[in-house]
Amino acid sequence: MGMTHIVDRRLNGKNKSAVNRERFLRRYRHHIKKAVSDAVHRRSITDIEHGEKVSIPSRDIDEPVFHHGQGGHREMVHPGNQEFVAGDRLPKPEGGDGQGQGQGQASPDGEGMDEFAFQITQEEFLNFLFDDLELPNLVRKKLKDTETFNYVRSGFSTQGVPAKLDVVRSLRGAHARRLGLGGARKKKIREMEAQLDALRAAPEELDAAFSHEDQIKALEDEIARLKANVKRIPFIDEIDLRYRQHLKQPKPATSAVMFCLMDVSGSMTQMHKDTAKRFFLLLYLFLKKNYKKIDVVFIRHHTSAKEVDEEEFFYSRETGGTIVSSALKLMHRIIETRYSPAEWNIYAAQASDGDNWNDDSPVCGKLLTESILPLVQYFAYVEITPQDHQMLWHEYEQVQARFPESFAQQQIADPSEIYPVFRQLFERKAA
Amino acid sequence: MSNTLDHSTTRNSPGPALREPVSTGSEWTFDLIRQYDEEIAKCATEFGLDTYPNQIEVISAEQMMDAYSSVGMPVGYNHWSFGKQFLSTSKGYQRGQMGLAYEIVINSDPCIAYLMEENTLPMQALVIAHACYGHNSFFKGNYLFRTWTDASAIIDYLVFARNYVSGCEERHGVDAVEEILDSCHALMNYGVDRYKRPAPISADKEALRQQEREEYLQRRVNDLWRTIPKPDNDEDPANRKKRYPEEPQENILYFLEKNAPLLETWQREIIRIVRKLAQYFYPQRQTQVMNEGWATFWHYTLLNRMYEKGLVTDGFMLEFLQSHTAVVYQPPFNSPWYSGINPYTLGFSIFTDLRRICESPTDEDRMWFPDIAGSDWLTTLHFAMANFKDESFIQQFLSPKVMRDLKLFAIENDDREDSYKVTAIHDEPGYRELREKLARQYNLSYREPNIQVWNVDVRGDRSLTLRHVPVDRVPLGKDTEEVLRHVHRLWGFDVHLESVDEGTLTDEYHCPPKPELGP
Repeated sequence: MGMTHIVDRRLNGKNKSAVNRERFLRRYRHHIKKAVSDAVHRRSITDIEHGEKVSIPSRDIDEPVFHHGQGGHREMVHPGNQEFVAGDRLPKPEGGDGQGQGQGQASPDGEGMDEFAFQITQEEFLNFLFDDLELPNLVRKKLKDTETFNYVRSGFSTQGVPAKLDVVRSLRGAHARRLGLGGARKKKIREMEAQLDALRAAPEELDAAFSHEDQIKALEDEIARLKANVKRIPFIDEIDLRYRQHLKQPKPATSAVMFCLMDVSGSMTQMHKDTAKRFFLLLYLFLKKNYKKIDVVFIRHHTSAKEVDEEEFFYSRETGGTIVSSALKLMHRIIETRYSPAEWNIYAAQASDGDNWNDDSPVCGKLLTESILPLVQYFAYVEITPQDHQMLWHEYEQVQARFPESFAQQQIADPSEIYPVFRQLFERKAA
Repeated sequence: MSNTLDHSTTRNSPGPALREPVSTGSEWTFDLIRQYDEEIAKCATEFGLDTYPNQIEVISAEQMMDAYSSVGMPVGYNHWSFGKQFLSTSKGYQRGQMGLAYEIVINSDPCIAYLMEENTLPMQALVIAHACYGHNSFFKGNYLFRTWTDASAIIDYLVFARNYVSGCEERHGVDAVEEILDSCHALMNYGVDRYKRPAPISADKEALRQQEREEYLQRRVNDLWRTIPKPDNDEDPANRKKRYPEEPQENILYFLEKNAPLLETWQREIIRIVRKLAQYFYPQRQTQVMNEGWATFWHYTLLNRMYEKGLVTDGFMLEFLQSHTAVVYQPPFNSPWYSGINPYTLGFSIFTDLRRICESPTDEDRMWFPDIAGSDWLTTLHFAMANFKDESFIQQFLSPKVMRDLKLFAIENDDREDSYKVTAIHDEPGYRELREKLARQYNLSYREPNIQVWNVDVRGDRSLTLRHVPVDRVPLGKDTEEVLRHVHRLWGFDVHLESVDEGTLTDEYHCPPKPELGP
């Protein structure tokens, strides 16, 4: 029998399974994407702080092996007999599929569950969401870093890295110390030098016991000793060093308001709305990144506009025509009453299928250029339709020509086309 | 630093020895683990347990989950199925549905056993006794492990396999490697030689030989196909009947590795890796009852010996016995927690009863076990451990008393009958039959369908035919076509599977599926 070796492995990496876990997620990305997509549908657009539970039908992740099927002649031994004797007959359950227990031995890791459920993290959740939106990597990273910080000066500290050494402070400290330590002695030296001068100037005394020579010698010795003493005070010592100290402070503490405008007329299907939801979600993610406090205002419209809560915004249906300007007017009114541009950064995202009453489109263009765009940071518009553009689009094209910095529009048929609308926004702010 | 401060235990203890427990608290330290290990080792020596040197590794719960998900391999190649295992393990653990197994032990030299840091000291002692002396001596002593596995080489081989697979992923892409591994895993149980002993594996040699194989293998495969006579040259029906392979091959993975026409060499090497691992795990699959029973018997016996020697306290024993009882609990067949026979219970019961038969035999024992009743129990138990696998172990040593204690009964399910039939119970007329049936249940070739390589149409369409020989008319399960797709992926040409029961074709599967046509 050999020696036993006892090893502490606790500090070794614990994420040995990370790669295998990632392989699993990769293999079932379609399932997970669907779960994420369902979650986006279910969740509020401001609810992105946590991961998601994903369920995959067990049969889809089975690892098939050759095994026995039902049928034929089988015998199994079981424990815990109570009243059976040899020869007893027991009725088979309906369907004749045999006792569930008969299978017990057959599959070593038979799960017996219909769903394989597991949790993905918030980061993984966002990743799958971003895949859906085809966000560039740089943007993903920027959005995912949960917080950004500014470093602000917060005084000095006696400890730190050389790079943060504050030379002036340190030397000032050293000077003070030198004064503190040497001051008394230097004063004494000065006094004694005065005495010495006095002695040298004075005429020789008669008392031989107190000869000037002896006194001068004694004074000189003492002065020399004190000078040496003072000289031993270091010019700069470790305790003089001062380092600049910085504090992490969460970045901008300003507020933003995000207006979500959506056409809910009969032609907007739930699919359109789900795509729109991703569009709003992306803007929210961006704002969350840059502002501490975010208000979200939902305005839906058909022929007239109304401010509603999120649930109603996405999930109630209306019929009828479309007058886009009604929503823009309402937005403008809300800005005026509640969100003064002096205090709020205003963002707006508008989604529609492009329908509008033709004579309303010029009104929209006018509203945007004259009253709204001067107030807002950014206005993004998506037209969710694979069809040809209509009046509103052409009107907005002119708006975009006049406000290329704060207005963007895009026609999309699929969530992956949303990102270009925000490209400028991300580039500008991320820089 | 033995601790004698526990006066109350010293005063009240009924034990014969002077109570000088190694420790009295439940918190462990490395020093205490070392002391317990030394004391347990002394007890193990008293009982003649022969083990590989031990390497005890203390790990965290997360690391235990990692170890769990890689089927106990300390290093493994990457594959999504291990990730799946990890997800379900961690889910179960986080919800508290499942305690993590407190022991994972690797059949290697030195024998690696994991202790989880969350465990109390009595639990650590239990695991040391169970894994480091129980399982370890089983790995070293049992004939299957001695014949089929090379404990000193396995870790190196796993490292080789991991590096090789990740090299392939770099060269050929993760997807291509994953496909091959998926197919190999589907056939893993058919990747073992049941009868002939494979050459021992060693990592250095393996890496060297791997390169030689790479060049040589492809040439050989090509040769096989080139030397096959062209059909028009050879019209002799006698010749044409000759099958290839001439004898059915049970090791399907081996056959594919050597003969699949289209595989590239790295793909053959991956088949080989999976096959080698299957072979390494093969003894464990055949000795589950014995191995767990043996380890459980010894943790029970060793820790009781510690108690006799006064090395552990009453409190320690209470905690230990509570865990032990949970481990050997067998829910009855009608319990909602029933999921087959608990191998710990069955194995522990048989070994415990074997000792009783040796030490205080009854008339019944003398009749059933004339050779071992009254013999030296240590010799007998070691003999039983060393020379059997589950099937033969049960056949040889399951006593009437254990059958009575567990209240075993056999139930027959015949698809031609409309009711189940109880065929034998734990009584005089039933013992022998019951024992045979239970033994058969642990026969791997009864638990898994018997499927072998039957023929390759070397002169025609190169199709591969597998043959399934049903036992008791039990057909193949619903995964069959799915597995066949994997065979097809490896073989590269059509694959057929026939169920032939006593000369009659009872069922057939094809990949790609055949349109149903006439007879």
